[in-house]
Amino acid sequence: MDLSTFLIQCLNALQYGLLLFLVASGLTLIFGIMGVINLAHGSFYMVGAYMAYALAPMVASTFGGGFFATLVVGVALAVVMGYVLEWAFFSFLYEREHLQQVLMTYGLILVFEELRSLLVGDEVHGVEVPALLAGTLPLGAMMTYPVYRLFISGVCLALALGMYLVFTRTRLGMMIRAGSANREMVQSLGIDIKFLYRVVFAAGMAIAVLAGMVAAPVSSVYPGMGDTVLIICFVVVVIGGIGSIRGALLAALLIGVVDTFGKVLLPQAAGVLVYVLMALILLWKPDGLFKAA
Amino acid sequence: MNTRLAFVLACFALLALFPLVAGSYGIDLVTKIMVYAIFALSLELLVGGTGLVCFGQAAFFGIGAYTAVLLSSDSNASSLAWLLPASVLAAAAYALVVGSLSLRTKGVYFIMVTLAFAQMAYYVVHDTPLGGGTDGIYLTLKPVLGTLLDLDKPGTLYGFTLACLVLVFAGLAVLGRSRFGRALAGIRVNEQRMRATGFSTYPYKLAAFTVSGGIAGLAGFLFAVKDGFVNPEMMSWHLSGAVLIMIILGGLGHLRGALIGAFAFALLQELFKSEAIFGAFAKHWHLGLGLSIIACVVLLSRGLVGLPAQLPARLLGAKNSEGAAP
Repeated sequence: MDLSTFLIQCLNALQYGLLLFLVASGLTLIFGIMGVINLAHGSFYMVGAYMAYALAPMVASTFGGGFFATLVVGVALAVVMGYVLEWAFFSFLYEREHLQQVLMTYGLILVFEELRSLLVGDEVHGVEVPALLAGTLPLGAMMTYPVYRLFISGVCLALALGMYLVFTRTRLGMMIRAGSANREMVQSLGIDIKFLYRVVFAAGMAIAVLAGMVAAPVSSVYPGMGDTVLIICFVVVVIGGIGSIRGALLAALLIGVVDTFGKVLLPQAAGVLVYVLMALILLWKPDGLFKAA
Repeated sequence: MNTRLAFVLACFALLALFPLVAGSYGIDLVTKIMVYAIFALSLELLVGGTGLVCFGQAAFFGIGAYTAVLLSSDSNASSLAWLLPASVLAAAAYALVVGSLSLRTKGVYFIMVTLAFAQMAYYVVHDTPLGGGTDGIYLTLKPVLGTLLDLDKPGTLYGFTLACLVLVFAGLAVLGRSRFGRALAGIRVNEQRMRATGFSTYPYKLAAFTVSGGIAGLAGFLFAVKDGFVNPEMMSWHLSGAVLIMIILGGLGHLRGALIGAFAFALLQELFKSEAIFGAFAKHWHLGLGLSIIACVVLLSRGLVGLPAQLPARLLGAKNSEGAAP
């Protein structure tokens, strides 16, 4: 492997890791704060990718607008959907056993998958890279790297920074952190925990949908795309330590590197490497790398 | 107390009488569901009995199945007398290894570590020459027991599977009432307190995990014999998830919950897949299944097992007594 191939693989690993982080951060938020094991999170990612495909013509005809308008419309829709979903399917489940929520989210996966099939069909679709970002950057003498992949990394980093600031610097972030530590205490201090949960759920869904939309041009859009992402995101969440955004970022980058270089260096064993890594880390640190307080 | 026993006995009696009225399709379907029921019972011992949520149960199922196929010879039918124990032991052995490592973790971490070990087994059969890749392997000659049992005959296989199901159910019921089973229940409710009372909980959990793996291996063996075929999908996390869904749907903490859950899940699937009822919409059978599962969660807080207790209250419009559940 020469230097420029190595550099390209590094950039790919970074981009894949950051994208995983984006999906996993919503999962770890919902999980860490609300205690809900949300199996439908992968479906949210799929919904996002299909939005990037199906919304684009509608947005173009209404607003005359391009890729970025589609992103904005998609995220706005996702926030509304997340808010309604939490109200309709989860708001009465918090007092019950965790596994009841698992059952609920499993039912939701099936429903999402079929609604997608009914509304958009079962074909594989491609989504075009927006013209503004369609170029490539030269890398070394022979290689080039697509600008769009750098854009994905940039979006993910910006969101990671945004989340960090919201959590550590704002009143909302403080309430969310308090709510994850002690639900009853926060409630008795006069904070509307139900509303807080709804906001967290909606935000988690919006982030997953955004990740799906941003990823659509590079990964293409296909049925069952949520399943793969879901499992790998659980791996990220657990390696990082449940509820820890910082841990999720580190774990996602780790998985990105292991998976990308695994495919290059050990193609026969690429699929299993991630799981071996997770088993080793959890046997070494049974609570993940960063246990949330 | 006695109504529960009567319910289970009635179920088994119905299953025993079923071949008298059913055609070959019905026999095949119910054999498959009974295999799933054994599989679900193996997981119920862990989840409902011990409070350990295992998300890698399909690995043990698959190892039982692959062992049966790999050890069978192509020239003459193997004897059930050693093939069945070999499959069960192979699955139990892997469970012993997985359990001894993964029981160091707890809660969701445990769920994910068991998944990791199942995925490793999946990739071994998927990517190495041993397992025949995605195409799987055929079982050319099904096992026999002398001239007494020939599992190639659907009727015989049905009877044998039912016998296994009854034995596993009875065995787990006795286990649940033994000192060992009480200790597992104690671990489920409060492991800290069990340790404080002087129980070393780790060997108990490991024993439960190994037994559970062995039972899952038995189910895998039966499945391989029924289909005459194994492929890596038998070890995929989709199957681990589906069996977990079965026992939650049925109701955790009750052996009959696993039984009811396996039947409800498989029959709902058959119902929504049926083109006779839904016509062209049968293609979208996930939708009906998903909505039914959601309805179960919304209406029944304790799974299908709680239905008889909750139904009268619901019908009378009274507030149901969810909080009063022990």
